[in-house]
Amino acid sequence: MGTTIAAISTGQAPGGIGVIRVSGPEAFRVCDKIFRSKFSKRITEMSGYTAALGGIYQHGDVKIDDCVALVFRGPRSYTGEDVVELSCHGGLYVTRQVLAEVLRNGAVPAEPGEFTRRAFMNGKLDLAQAESVMEIISAGGRHAMMAALSAESGVLSRNIENICSKLEDLAAHLAAWADFPDEDVDVVDIDKTQECLLICSGELAKLLDGFERGKIFREGIKTVLVGRPNVGKSTFMNLIVGHERSIVTPYAGTTRDVVEEQVSLAGVPLLLADTAGLRETNDPIERIGVESTKKKLKSAELVIVVFDYSENLSEEDIKLIELVRGIPAIAVINKCDLKCELNIDYIKDNFKYCVTASAVKNEGLDELEHAFSELIGIENFDTGQAELFTERQRFAALAAKDALEQGIGVLDMGLTLDALTVCIEDALAALYRLTGRRVSDEIVDQVFERFCVGK
Amino acid sequence: MNYFAGEIDVAVIGAGHAGIEAGLAAARLGCRTVVFTINLDAVGNCPCNPSIGGTAKGHLVREIDALGGEMGRTADECMIQSRMLNLGKGPAVHSLRVQIDRNQYARVMKHKLELCENLELRQAEVVDLKPVGNRWEVITRLGAIYKTGAVILCTGTFLDGKVFVGEVSYDSGPDGMFPAAFLPDRLRKLGISLRRFKTGTPARVLRSSVDISFLEVQHGDDPVTPFSYDTDVRLANKDVCYISWTNEETHKVIRENISRSPLYAGMIEGVGPRYCPSIEDKVVRFPDRSRHQLFIEPCGIDTEEMYLQGMSSSLPEEVQVKFYRTIPGLENVQIMRSAYAIEYDCCDPLQLDSTLEFRDWPGLYGAGQFNGSSGYEEAAAQGLIAGINAARKLQGKERLILDRAGSYIGTLIDDLITKGVTDPYRMMTSRSEYRLILRQDNADERLTSIGRDIGLISDLRWNKFKFKQEAKKIEFKRVCNTVFSPSDALNEILVSRGTTPVSTGVRLSELLKRPQITYSDLTEVDIERPELDQAVFESVEIQLKYEGYIKRQLADIEEMRRVECKIIPKNINYNRIKGLRLEAVEKLEKVRPENLGQAGRVSGVSPADISVLMIWLSSMEKGD
Repeated sequence: MGTTIAAISTGQAPGGIGVIRVSGPEAFRVCDKIFRSKFSKRITEMSGYTAALGGIYQHGDVKIDDCVALVFRGPRSYTGEDVVELSCHGGLYVTRQVLAEVLRNGAVPAEPGEFTRRAFMNGKLDLAQAESVMEIISAGGRHAMMAALSAESGVLSRNIENICSKLEDLAAHLAAWADFPDEDVDVVDIDKTQECLLICSGELAKLLDGFERGKIFREGIKTVLVGRPNVGKSTFMNLIVGHERSIVTPYAGTTRDVVEEQVSLAGVPLLLADTAGLRETNDPIERIGVESTKKKLKSAELVIVVFDYSENLSEEDIKLIELVRGIPAIAVINKCDLKCELNIDYIKDNFKYCVTASAVKNEGLDELEHAFSELIGIENFDTGQAELFTERQRFAALAAKDALEQGIGVLDMGLTLDALTVCIEDALAALYRLTGRRVSDEIVDQVFERFCVGK
Repeated sequence: MNYFAGEIDVAVIGAGHAGIEAGLAAARLGCRTVVFTINLDAVGNCPCNPSIGGTAKGHLVREIDALGGEMGRTADECMIQSRMLNLGKGPAVHSLRVQIDRNQYARVMKHKLELCENLELRQAEVVDLKPVGNRWEVITRLGAIYKTGAVILCTGTFLDGKVFVGEVSYDSGPDGMFPAAFLPDRLRKLGISLRRFKTGTPARVLRSSVDISFLEVQHGDDPVTPFSYDTDVRLANKDVCYISWTNEETHKVIRENISRSPLYAGMIEGVGPRYCPSIEDKVVRFPDRSRHQLFIEPCGIDTEEMYLQGMSSSLPEEVQVKFYRTIPGLENVQIMRSAYAIEYDCCDPLQLDSTLEFRDWPGLYGAGQFNGSSGYEEAAAQGLIAGINAARKLQGKERLILDRAGSYIGTLIDDLITKGVTDPYRMMTSRSEYRLILRQDNADERLTSIGRDIGLISDLRWNKFKFKQEAKKIEFKRVCNTVFSPSDALNEILVSRGTTPVSTGVRLSELLKRPQITYSDLTEVDIERPELDQAVFESVEIQLKYEGYIKRQLADIEEMRRVECKIIPKNINYNRIKGLRLEAVEKLEKVRPENLGQAGRVSGVSPADISVLMIWLSSMEKGD
């Protein structure tokens, strides 16, 4: 029980006051790193049951929010440990940012029910209360598991899933290669292995970067709006944004630059980019627009593909469908106020999420929000759990990256690959921890599934 | 007709690889032990491949040897070819594998049992087991009743054994032995849950009918590394193995006749091992493969039988002849024993505790294939642990439990009793999360002192071990303190190995940390190097080279052992613990883990369930 834990302990609804609770041996020191009192008294020096007014600072200088710090000295606190409660102005984003700072400065995210568990372990609760504590923990665990499962289709989790599957392939190959030496298993290609490890640790670094800067919540999910010219992308964008941002004209090819807008869809921020219609063109200016659209697509986390209800699929539409394959996508069939000429089945075959809309009539936003929620997996779980979940993901990603870097070291130094196997498995174990899968079982299963080994 | 045959301490049922180790261990620890076998000529039989060791299995043999078991010594005595597998892939996965003379192996083992003090080797079929008070009665087919303190079931593939060759099937044990037809029912009546597994073996063929002239030859290592720390004679290879490949024609014959395979025709209900697929399995499951490899291995020195590793099958005999003859080198092959599949009863190992004793039947133990494992080495390892524990229990001593962090044997047992098995279990290096620590080269370091405490390690071996450990310590210190000044001779070596030359003084230990540099590279400049066992140098070098990675694993082990020491009381009622999910309750009731660490490895038990258990345990400690 040596760690210092932290979590948002108020409800996750916006407004009111947000409280971040920090508990453990380092609680005072962690908070002193980010909290500056108006009267310059350090938390470490404060006595129990006292409060101080001040601010929370990021990197020691950028102020995030005003804050009241309540200090409880163990054992006279809820958990029996040193506890600080940081009350901020609330607002989901600010509260999360404060939590992120606390975690960056040495605390770890609390497990479900962990404050209560510590309270019990430290003799703060009597035996009669023990059973209810167990139920709380169990319920928390169930929620976290559900959050993990429902978020499995989410953009973020899909990234992690993707990394896992690459690492599993590698681990299974290494296992088959080591355990069945006399058999017909391909040799392990060092260059490809290195490349795979670099890609995975790079992906993790990118994810962590996103977490670190609270990017997902501040800047939103990178979303690209595409469609062949004049299907009504810009009108549709305006529908989401709520005001006229793109230049809307009835002529094909008006939007020549990529127009970006920060919007909120189903409560989740998007960094939405409207793009030039994708079509082969000879107009040099328009061609630049097409190129930049393709570039945008490369870094997109979500694409919204717009089709025209009143015209049948063109070659460009079909090319577009191929172009976005592999990126999480929602198809929007616009202009449904007009007469249907479109092969809708074809689109439904190619997109898991498909909504109809009429941007000019302001229709279709609800349906889009619904599809979007389902796609990123925010349906049916409250953002509090989601936050808890993502914080744990961050820790998992950090541990995994660390293990992979040590694995890359094996190859850099030219050490034997047995040392690499344990690093990959450690990375997988860290990433699996969220869903409760077990590394050695998974790998052994894969070996027999994928390789013809055994005598 | 029943008669009282004697009062004994330990009855071992079966004299295969598990029974041998169980019997020898119990007898050597002072228990009056009887080892029963259906046929005295089947003691130590190798009914499948004529080899001992292999990946991860070689680790097991080394560990058995370090604890004072017999398998490694006998394998050394009977070896005809030896190879250290996976050289170049790293010390964690180096594994020793030897071809043995299987007749000699069986003879030598039988003789060791015959000579062992306190041990009686008895040909008899055990037909009944009865708990009487806190002891057991073992009854043979001919009416002998033995009263015993412990029973160890090492029945291999004998329990209701049934052989399949194409459409033909008949009750039989391995290699034409009688099956044990009575015991399974008695075990079921006791309330033990049994299940059906199957395994298979390829044909044995006549050496003179194999055309080896253009086959790839596989030679043994020179010099040979022995299995046993006791073996100090120089071992030499006596024969070679050959490699050939199947082809499209082979696969065509198999595909055309697949409906005649008892497995595909649905005659076999037993579950076969995934890692040991029959050739028809390989052809069906991997249709894209144009060829499969096979090894042609000698069965012994004074026999002309050869074993076709990789070619196990349960197709009809005529089909076997046909497809074997499509293989280069086997065009005119003469089969001496046909390939067959064998189905048998075994227990669900979730009923066992970590000493391999049945939780609900004190004094009754299981080992080997009976526990759902497969392989001679896996069997021997379990036999040894069951034998030691049966003896210690009778003598009122503490149980011997090996954990996952200390040995492959511990990993094997933990997997069996915690995860259970869905197909015959084979040890693999990928099953151990601590494989950089659990190496075959340091099995002695990990386990000899345990073997010594138990009483299975002789003074001679113990002194030898201590001497080696001391030498290692001194050598380690020496390499850390030895500094080489830069010289042309040294730099020439470094550059020739593709690593950077030095311009200032450098410690020997720093040079050995470089992956490209080995001890033998530095012989010329390391003039003060003492004369030591090669194993000492190897050990020092591994410790230096893998330092960072070993540290990583040691940290994992420390974490693992922290929860492993939180004991769960035996009488725990999971149904009454509020907050445990239903699935967790069911799984925990079935496995009944002994500690929190083991509970965490039960599938279907979440970290939140473990937290709940942790609180429950501490509330118990507080005296509720």
